[in-house]
This record gives sequence, C-alpha cells and structure tokens, in this order.
Amino acid sequence: MSTLSKKGTDLLHWVDYRLPIIKAFKTHMSEYYAPKNLNFWYFFGVLAMLALANQLLSGIWLTMFYSPTLEGAFDSIEYIMRDVQSGWIIRYMHEVGASFFFIAVYLHIYRGFLYGSYKEPRELVWLIGMVIYLLMMAEGFFGYVLPFGNMSYWGAKVILSLISTIPLIGEDLQVWVQGDFFIGGATLSRFFAFHVALFPLILIAGVFLHIVALHQVGSNNPEGIDIKATKDKDGIPLDGIPFHPYYTVHDLIPVVIFFMLFFAAVFYFPGGGGFFIEAPNYLPANNLSTPEHIAPVWYFTPFYAMLRAVTVNFLGIDAKLWGLVVMGGAIIVVFFLPWLDRSPVRSIRYKGRISKAFLMIWTISFLCLGVLGVKPADWAPFWASPTFTIIYFAYFALMPFYTKWETCKTVPDRIKAHGKRQQQ
Amino acid sequence: MSNDDANNKRRMLLTGASCALFTAGGVGWLTPYVRSWNPSARAKAAGAPITIDLSTMPEGTLLVEEWRGMPIYIIKRTKEMIASTLGLDDELRNPNSEDDQQPDYARNATRSIKPEVLVIEGVCTHLGCTPKFRNEKSETAFTGFFCPCHGSKFDFAGRVYKGVPAPTNLKVPPHYYADENTLVIGTDEEGKS
Amino acid sequence: MKRLAITTILMLFSTLLYASGTSPVLKKANTDIHDKESLRHGAQLFIDHCTTCHSAKYMRYERLAQDLEISEEDVAKNMLRGGTIKITDTISAAMSAEAGKQVYGVAPPDLTLEAKYQGVDWVYSYLTGFYKDENTTFGYNNHVLDNVAMPWVLASLQESMSEEDFSSDMRDLTNFMDYMAEPIKPWRQNFGKYVLIFLLILLIPVWLLKKEYWKDIH
Repeated sequence: MSTLSKKGTDLLHWVDYRLPIIKAFKTHMSEYYAPKNLNFWYFFGVLAMLALANQLLSGIWLTMFYSPTLEGAFDSIEYIMRDVQSGWIIRYMHEVGASFFFIAVYLHIYRGFLYGSYKEPRELVWLIGMVIYLLMMAEGFFGYVLPFGNMSYWGAKVILSLISTIPLIGEDLQVWVQGDFFIGGATLSRFFAFHVALFPLILIAGVFLHIVALHQVGSNNPEGIDIKATKDKDGIPLDGIPFHPYYTVHDLIPVVIFFMLFFAAVFYFPGGGGFFIEAPNYLPANNLSTPEHIAPVWYFTPFYAMLRAVTVNFLGIDAKLWGLVVMGGAIIVVFFLPWLDRSPVRSIRYKGRISKAFLMIWTISFLCLGVLGVKPADWAPFWASPTFTIIYFAYFALMPFYTKWETCKTVPDRIKAHGKRQQQ
Repeated sequence: MSNDDANNKRRMLLTGASCALFTAGGVGWLTPYVRSWNPSARAKAAGAPITIDLSTMPEGTLLVEEWRGMPIYIIKRTKEMIASTLGLDDELRNPNSEDDQQPDYARNATRSIKPEVLVIEGVCTHLGCTPKFRNEKSETAFTGFFCPCHGSKFDFAGRVYKGVPAPTNLKVPPHYYADENTLVIGTDEEGKS
Repeated sequence: MKRLAITTILMLFSTLLYASGTSPVLKKANTDIHDKESLRHGAQLFIDHCTTCHSAKYMRYERLAQDLEISEEDVAKNMLRGGTIKITDTISAAMSAEAGKQVYGVAPPDLTLEAKYQGVDWVYSYLTGFYKDENTTFGYNNHVLDNVAMPWVLASLQESMSEEDFSSDMRDLTNFMDYMAEPIKPWRQNFGKYVLIFLLILLIPVWLLKKEYWKDIH
C-alpha cells in the first residue's frame, strides 16, 4: 500500500489516517450487528440520548441569561420568559425536556426488566446505566432549585434536611453542604456549578462508557436469544443486521414521534398540568412560608412515597433515618439485579408464571407509589404506602428464589420472522 | 437488476426528502437560539433615547452623557470654536462628511442641527478609546479632540485629521430638539433609532 | 393479564385529576386569551383599579401595547400616569410596599404571576367572591379567601352595574391577568399547530424510508 493512498487523497482519508473515524463508524454503526427483532421498548435509549442533547443545548443557552444569585434568580427566569427574544421557548424546551428525559429513561430501564438486559454479559452496561440514573436524579434536583421559586426552596430544604438525620455528623454535614446555616446564595451558587458544569460532564462520560460497554458485548433482544451464538462464515451473527442503515432509519420514526409529543407539550402544556412546573414555583422563595403540599417533581415521587411510608422508630433509630435508608435501599437494590435474577432465561417471554406475576404487581406498586408520592400524606389509607413498598422490595428480595424454582420455557436458538413474537 | 435500480432510486429519493425536511426542521429549531442573542426587551429599554436639558450649559464646555453604554459628547461651541473648523479642509481626511458617520441632518459644515451644539459619540473611530476635549483652557498646542491611545486628532466638528490612525470622522448619533433647550439623543424626529 | 394491568394503571392515573385537600369550590372563568378586546378591557381595569396598591413588576407597558394592539398614544394617555412612567417601564404600584404593609398589615403582593400561581378559576372566583360582612375591618369578606386583608376596591363598580355585567368585567380582568402571567401564551398556542403539522409531514418520508430499507430483512 503506497504511502499516498494511506495518507489519503481526500479529506475523509486525511482525517482517518490521523483519527480512526472510519473504523469507529464501522464498529459502532455500519458493522455493529444488532438483533433484527428489536421492538418498541428498544426506542428509548436513542430517545434518552436525544433528550440529553436537548438538555445540554437548551441548558447552556439558559446559562447565558440566568442569574445564579439569591436576588436575581427568580427575576432572571421572568427575564428569559419575557425580555429575551425567544427566551420562553428555550426555557420550556429545557423544562419539558427534563421530564421527557426521565420518561425515556424510565421506559428504557423497564425494557431491561422485561428482557433481562442486565444479565450476563451486560452487567456492567447495567451498572453504568444505574449510575447515570443516579446522576440524572441529582442533576434534576439541582436544576429544580435554580429558579428559586417557593417549591425550589422548600424542596431543597426537605432533601437537605435528610442529611441531618445521619448520626453524629449529620448536622455539621448539612451546614457544610449548604455553605451557610440556611439555604442561601452560597447554596444556590454551588448547585449552579454542579448543575451546569460538573454533573453534565460526568453524565456525558457515563453515557459514552454505557454505549461502549454495550457495543463490546452486543445488544440483547426481546427473545433473550444470544445472536452471537449463531454466526455465518464471516463471523456475522445470522440474526443480526447492521445498525446502519437499518436501525438508524428505523429509529428516525420514534425520533419524529418524540418530537411531536415534545413540542405538543412545549406549545400547549409546558407546565405539565402542574407536574412539570408546580404552582408554588410561580412565587419567589419564601423561607417563612411553606407551600401547602410539598411534593417533589414527579420523577422522584415513588421514592418520596417510600420515604414517607416509614413512620415507626425502630431499634433506637428515628423513623426519619429509616425512611432515608428505605428510600436509598430502593435505588441501590436495583444495582444488584444481574445477581438477584438467577433465571436460566433472560426474557420475560420465557420466564415462568411467578416471574410474570411478580413483575406485574411490582410495576403496579411502583406506579401506585408514584401517585401516592404526589398526594398529601393523608390522602390514602395508612397501610397503602408501606404495603406497596414491601411489594417493591419483595420483587427483588425473593427473586433469587422464584427465578430459580419456577419452570421456564425453552428459548429457541434462532430469531424467527422479523417483528413476530415467537412465544406468548 | 432493474429492481435494484428502482430500489436505489427510491431510497435516494426518500433519503433526500427526509434530509431536506430534517434540515428545514433543524433551521426552525435553531431559530430561537440565534434570536435569543439579539438585544432583549430589557436591553432595548435601557438603550432607549435620553433627554437632556441644555439651558444651563456654559459656552465652550463639554457635557458627557451615557447612551447605549457609550459616552455621548455634547459641546456648546463658542464662535471661535466654530470658526476654527473653517479652512481646515486640506488637513482633514473627509472634510465634507462623505460617508455614513452622521444622519443626513448632520451632513453639513458644522456636522450638527444647531451650529452652536455638537453632538457626537465619544468613541475614537480607530479602536474605541474616549478622545479628550482640548480647548484654549487646556494649555495644549492642539485644540479639538485628541485621542490619548494612539494620537488620533479631530476638529471641533468631530472631523478626523490626516496622518492619524483613525480612519473616519467621529460618529453623530440620531438626535433632535424637542424644544429650544431640550435635546433628545437616540432617535431623530421621525422616531428612527 | 395485560388488559387488567393497563386498566389498573389507567384508573390509577385518573386519580391524579382530582383536586386534593379541602379547597373551596371554584367558578369556571371561561376566559379566552385570544380575545384581544377582552384583554384590552381587562388591562385598563387592572391599571385603573389595581395598580394603586399592586405592582406587576415583570409586565412592560410596551409589551402589552404590542400584544394587545393598543397604540402607544393610547397607552401614554390611559396608563402612564400622566407621563411619569415610560412606556418601556414595567407596571409599578403607586403606593410603596412598606406603606401597604403599614396600612393593610401585609404588603399587597405583586400580581404578575398570580393567575399562574392560583389558576384563572381561582382569580375569577376571588374577584366575584366579595360580599358584605360587618365583622371585617373594611366591611367586606371573600368566599375564596376568608378574612381577606384586601379592601374591596371594586365595591362601587360592582354596585353600579348588574351582576352579569360585573361578572363579564371580572372575566376580562381575569383574562388579562392570565395573559400577564405569560404574555407569550396566546402566540404559542396559535403557532404550535404549524410545528405539529410540519412534524406530521416529516413523518411521511421517514416512515416510507424505513419501510423501504426493511424490505431487505426477512
């Protein structure tokens, strides 16, 4: 091969000789073989990435107009909404986008529950994904504080006061995190730095690693069949198709539909019916007056319901601290799914009836907890939240047993016709 | 074979159509971002015209007012100052103001509406420093406007001398007189700013 | 099984539609934010009757002149307190906040975002909810906000016209407050359909493109 052709006579090859873009494109797109039966549940990874890109662009732009100071924050939001040319739509895209990001990610995670995407060899993809989820929750929390409306303030107050429940060091730790004896300008500035700089950087790195880890082992599919087990003479999985052009073209449809739903919300329901922007946030922060119902933003509510579910002091430890433990535990336990699930099959389509039943009641419990977290503490009977919390944990705690004991169906070796379910 | 051709043609057509529409959508989507960089309503309000009362202004002095973040020089010229602007044509780059550095009503010998009041932006046309006002009391050889940054010189009509770095005459902002002694800077009579 | 799950989930989420807590029953405001005539009338009512005590510090006169199609001369004549305010200013209260606190016990709140905070139905019910009550400081109480600190400044207006006409005026005032809380709202509700139609059109080649390529897959 002459040096001339190596160094390339066109721009593409000039760059490629110096930076392996052609190989990267092949590895991750045109020669990344994905199963041919990916369904609706497989849209949400791409949609989550799209949502992330939207948050980054709209967020950076808002930074140009927002004032991260106690006196200026709330006013700067109205400045963006009214005085900045087209500022209102940038604000709405960011705020609606945050909720759409979480909707996409919850559905993306649920796909994992359905098809055993967390099982070997994808445990690391799962762990990195869970870290991304945690980062997103922190990012969402910090972001909601920034407009410094009354819900921003009191939401921050509730969450930060959880820190004081930690024995011995809690109170001092809370002051250290706040940077003051109360939530003030110091707190707002550091939350701003976290929200705009630190967490987005870590998130982007996390998403990059998540995708690289996935591509290393290949994608799962609704049947849970390992497509790499059956390859042709060139080493290409028989049931795999190149991601580009087939899935690039395939994913454009959910992307357009996502945009339709997204812009419908931006133009017609930007407040999300009180779920995206909660009414008390139209008042500036008032440290002398708590809103009637403090509810966190909808994507935190299932965990908030669990936090409130624990009302008994136990073993000499405050109910408040137990609530924190339960809430934290609820998220941590999901990290362990790859090892809790001892089923011989991946996908719910082939698991036994117990798994199916458990998944269904777990799903309903999680949704119920979400609704309960939105309502005032006394809206439902006292046993509701605790019961659903127990069911939530039971799904995980009992999984090593029911996944081992139940009778599963036999998973075929090959994916049959495209789009057709092979098992009921 | 022809089936493949038909397929390829169709694929190219559909890809082209999708790309075109996505690009159009992309332009629409980016529009708010680009627009947001324009001056906001708040900036425009702050940059609104200013009104100055000249009734108590002494002759031969300079008054500096701020408009749109710039110093505006208002000079009540003495007869000597006005006279000093005559006969300088050979020393000036653009003695007849043949450019856009002033509105039409200031394209005259004194570069102003009223001969005795000069209104100019105190921004040197070289690199933007504020030129210093030099009258008889300054005890300098040169009278007019002298820019300390790189030595540019302008006369009492704001016209730039030859042989200095500044390329053009000092700019005259839109302005008008609401009455005998009330100067409005930032817009002319028809409301153009 | 699937059907049962979906039904349960839908029933669950329908509970979110119900108001929680013990709030008073509110009348429907039935405002139309696209009715400029109503908004203009509401604007004048607001300036005439509310801005003595209440500011609307995020609302510029110039903006409402533009959006509501009121000429700058009319704004100058009817809203700018005889030239003491510039059209580029925001709506300020004639009375200072401290004075308000002294006289009424609480500083009259800024009203720019009130309609978003409370909702239009609340605002309308509040404005039409004052009634005579001797046991109060100023002689009037309110169905929506018990023992309200605000004196009923519209008492004479209310008595000078029929209930129907007064309700209509209050509807216009509420409408204006809805606009004031988010001046871009009428525009975005109007423009949104073009974005959605565009996306629907975009969906067509995208869909066909997918179908075309996926012919390859069996």
